[in-house]
Amino acid sequence: MTDTPLLIADGLSKNYGNRIGCRDVSLEVYPGEVLAVVGESGSGKSTLLGLLSTELEPSAGRVSYRLRDGRLADLASLGAAEKRLLMRTDWGFVRQNPADGLRMAVSAGGNVGERLMAVGWRHYGHIRDEALDWLAKVEIAGDRIDDDPRAFSGGMRQRLQIARNLVTRPRLVFMDEPTGGLDVSVQARLLDLIRGLVAELGLAVIIVTHDLAVARLLSHRMVVMRHGRVIETGITDQVLDDPREPYTQLLVSSVLAA
Amino acid sequence: MNAHAVGGMPEITYNFAYLDEQTKRMIRRAILKAIAVPGYQVPFAAREMPMPYGWGTGGVQVTAAVLGPKDVLKVIDQGADDTTNAVAIRGFFEKTARVATTTSAVEATVIQTRHRVPETPLAEHQILVYQVPIPEPLRFLEPRETETRQLHALAEYGLMHVKLYEDIARHGHIATTYAYPVEVAGRYVMDPSPIPKFDNPKLDDCPALQLFGAGREKRIYAIPPYTRVRSLDFEDHPFKVQRFAKPCALCAATGVYLDEVILDDKGGRMFVCSDTDYCNGRQVAGHRGEMAAPVGEGA
Repeated sequence: MTDTPLLIADGLSKNYGNRIGCRDVSLEVYPGEVLAVVGESGSGKSTLLGLLSTELEPSAGRVSYRLRDGRLADLASLGAAEKRLLMRTDWGFVRQNPADGLRMAVSAGGNVGERLMAVGWRHYGHIRDEALDWLAKVEIAGDRIDDDPRAFSGGMRQRLQIARNLVTRPRLVFMDEPTGGLDVSVQARLLDLIRGLVAELGLAVIIVTHDLAVARLLSHRMVVMRHGRVIETGITDQVLDDPREPYTQLLVSSVLAA
Repeated sequence: MNAHAVGGMPEITYNFAYLDEQTKRMIRRAILKAIAVPGYQVPFAAREMPMPYGWGTGGVQVTAAVLGPKDVLKVIDQGADDTTNAVAIRGFFEKTARVATTTSAVEATVIQTRHRVPETPLAEHQILVYQVPIPEPLRFLEPRETETRQLHALAEYGLMHVKLYEDIARHGHIATTYAYPVEVAGRYVMDPSPIPKFDNPKLDDCPALQLFGAGREKRIYAIPPYTRVRSLDFEDHPFKVQRFAKPCALCAATGVYLDEVILDDKGGRMFVCSDTDYCNGRQVAGHRGEMAAPVGEGA
């Protein structure tokens, strides 16, 4: 971890008509850091993720990102081409429903290779080798490379989605409830895998989850949201073990002990 | 309108080449823009034509807009001059524009085609008009039109290679045999209409102007003369055209695109030139394939 932030959000707000999606959120993400955004349904977590990843346009505030050349750029000032290049090389986005993040009619190898081809790889053999390499990293057997994701289980699809996103070695990955909808044992393996890859690649991750156990396992720091506002931030263990805000205390105490 | 009765029925007169002059101007503007930005799909206000969509409404409108009274028109349908679509469209312009028509690729100044490029090399004074069913090469990979336009605008063509990748992964080679995507003038990726990929090399550096009209989708695009047209491929799986084991059974031509014709229900078949004009020309010049009628019996 270095002391210059990778991504800075400053006073982000988003209104949906009269309703508030997200209000005055400021945060920083550092290289190699996993930041969890937790809160109950409707607290503005996904809106915040949308704003940070520029999928949504903020009503107020701005997001800055440190590009590979070290320049800190206001994302709103980047052209469409620059922004898309950033999204398919330097960023990844792992969605809750793998069907939204994968091409379901394209083979596993094609899914992983798409970003490589998008950045100009034109050698079939090399693309395939890289895809095989990444499938192995996410524990998908190499002989499944030509199967399409419709033939995969939920956990495999999610792992494939991760491989597809990480193949261009991004520096920042957004994850929206990546373990949602998976059964507990599959969740545990997936979390283990994500933790390993994050450490190995030195990724910065912003992960949205309502599951405090996921936040505990993966994240270094966390922010707690309620009614569109950030109500508490801190080191994950500190927030979970010694929550200050009454709402955070309620959240932590409502986790069922296994 | 000078409608005078002939045998009780009023005679209908059409404006030259069916479309009114304002419509032709609109189409010509779209064509000029298409020529200025090679491979770019220019939207145009396609009209209803007196034929069903899928029968060449786009091509007919482009032809109507570029046709002059002195032009000589040839119409090709799958390489042939004598199939329904070709005969009907030729008849349409004979009636509405009173232009001369021909089946010869050398004599023609405007050639409207469906699914083939003539075997005879084209020249500078000729215009080749293609009928296009689906102009968007990315359509089957990305169904959203808003998104495909973005991809074209930003020249993001990784997706096109995903399709070729899938071909190789499934079949061991690039199995796309028609409508094979091309890159025009180093910029736009374009669907060359459903011509066999055998014809793709003919698009490259062609002296004739090539125009593409899609009536249902309301798009016109173009390849200006002498433009670089490159078929997409992988470094380790380069673009290749179809090869045929035997020459044409009628004119013994090699290096041309052949159609398979089933002769009986016992497995009998012959391979003949898909381009009927080219095949007839060679037979008249004395070339004889293994199944050609002996000299003197006539075709």
